Amino acid sequence: MPEIEFRNVGYAVGGRQILCDISFSVEAGETLVLLGRSGSGKTTALRLINAMLLPASGELRVAGRPTTAHDRVALRRSIGYVIQDAGLFPHFTVARNVGLVPSLENWPREKVNARVAELLDRVGLPSQEFANRKPRELSGGQRQRVGVARALAADPRILLFDEPFGALDPVTRLDLQNEFLRLRDELRKTSVFVTHDVREAMRLATRIALLDQGRLAFLGTPAEFRRSDNPEAARFLEVLRPDGAAC
Amino acid sequence: MLSDVLQDLLEEGGELLVQHLVLVFVSMAIACAIGIPLGIAAAASPRTRRFALAFAGIGQTIPSLALFGFLIPIPFIGGIGEHTAILALVVYALLPVLRNTVTGILGVDAGVRDSAIAMGMTPRQVLRMVELPLAAPTILAGIRIATVTTIGTATIAAAIGAGGLGVFIFRGIASIDKLQILAGAIPAALLALIADAGLGALEKRWSVR
Repeated sequence: MPEIEFRNVGYAVGGRQILCDISFSVEAGETLVLLGRSGSGKTTALRLINAMLLPASGELRVAGRPTTAHDRVALRRSIGYVIQDAGLFPHFTVARNVGLVPSLENWPREKVNARVAELLDRVGLPSQEFANRKPRELSGGQRQRVGVARALAADPRILLFDEPFGALDPVTRLDLQNEFLRLRDELRKTSVFVTHDVREAMRLATRIALLDQGRLAFLGTPAEFRRSDNPEAARFLEVLRPDGAAC
Repeated sequence: MLSDVLQDLLEEGGELLVQHLVLVFVSMAIACAIGIPLGIAAAASPRTRRFALAFAGIGQTIPSLALFGFLIPIPFIGGIGEHTAILALVVYALLPVLRNTVTGILGVDAGVRDSAIAMGMTPRQVLRMVELPLAAPTILAGIRIATVTTIGTATIAAAIGAGGLGVFIFRGIASIDKLQILAGAIPAALLALIADAGLGALEKRWSVR
């Protein structure tokens, strides 16, 4: 059974069609990258998965059940979510940010603390040094690491990433992409990753879903994407070609 | 002879000061008890927001002496005395408290609110753990503005028999006695400055968090 399944999903707001008849599924343990230009509907697609939005037509199934049949709060607590600039709570310490979902789930305090320390160490932020800092005392890359640790806190089966590394400098971004790959191999979570950066998509994806004006233009592995003759895919592949080597 | 006058002023002044403080404190407590919950509701719904801000805005535009006058002939809620004065003061204090509560909550970063919802917080938890703490300095700024103006406006309450430091001022004007006017005006101004500084310090501490 696929972990996430889009069945002819459509979404519209104010009469404007954002997503149109989208069908694909995400298998357990894979990293599906939703690639597309601004306004292609990729963030909308992501927000349908944790029921931040509900489909206008069709059905979206998570763990075999439509999102409309899930308890929304429980569903969201079982899905990690990382956004650009991390969306950390500025008035919470790093430790409280990371321990948020376990606290909401009423884990005993010692268990929360142990989990927070473990996760901070795991994302390369020694808890001794970082646990009691406030988000504004961190660099952009460090904040993003905290965001990843927070998403992992309650050991969710699914992780959602909405252009998490978009605001970082290229070197930090590369570091975090490598970190992402390492964590993926260690943890084997099902991940859906939104980006407009085709390089990032090629590096991180096990499969790429290309969205073009709310429609699914292509679905396949990075190697298949490279060979695709879809016109929108071709536009993205142009970005990858070194300058002057037009064929 | 002058010292006798001062002695009398001080004696009466103590009582009037307490009356004044009670007027301000009770009015502000009621204004917060209405303004903050109403502001929370208004932040959540654009329709409520329009109505609430419009009503509070209209209240604000009525000249204060006129409002005190209007209320006197109204049965039950009006009349001569403290409760009428408090009602009028609440009308004035409401807008800053309400508006700053709305502004503070709507000013919370969209990404922060989004991730609170995406983490699986219930709407109540989003409000209690994220929106209110982050809006607190702005709400407090509204309370501060309202308190300072209420301390000043409360002097007019003496006109409808509610007591307070305004008693000195009105009596001083009637008898062309500068000393009496100052005996009311100076403590009222000092009170406003102290409230401003005290609440300002609190606001600063909250925003540093």
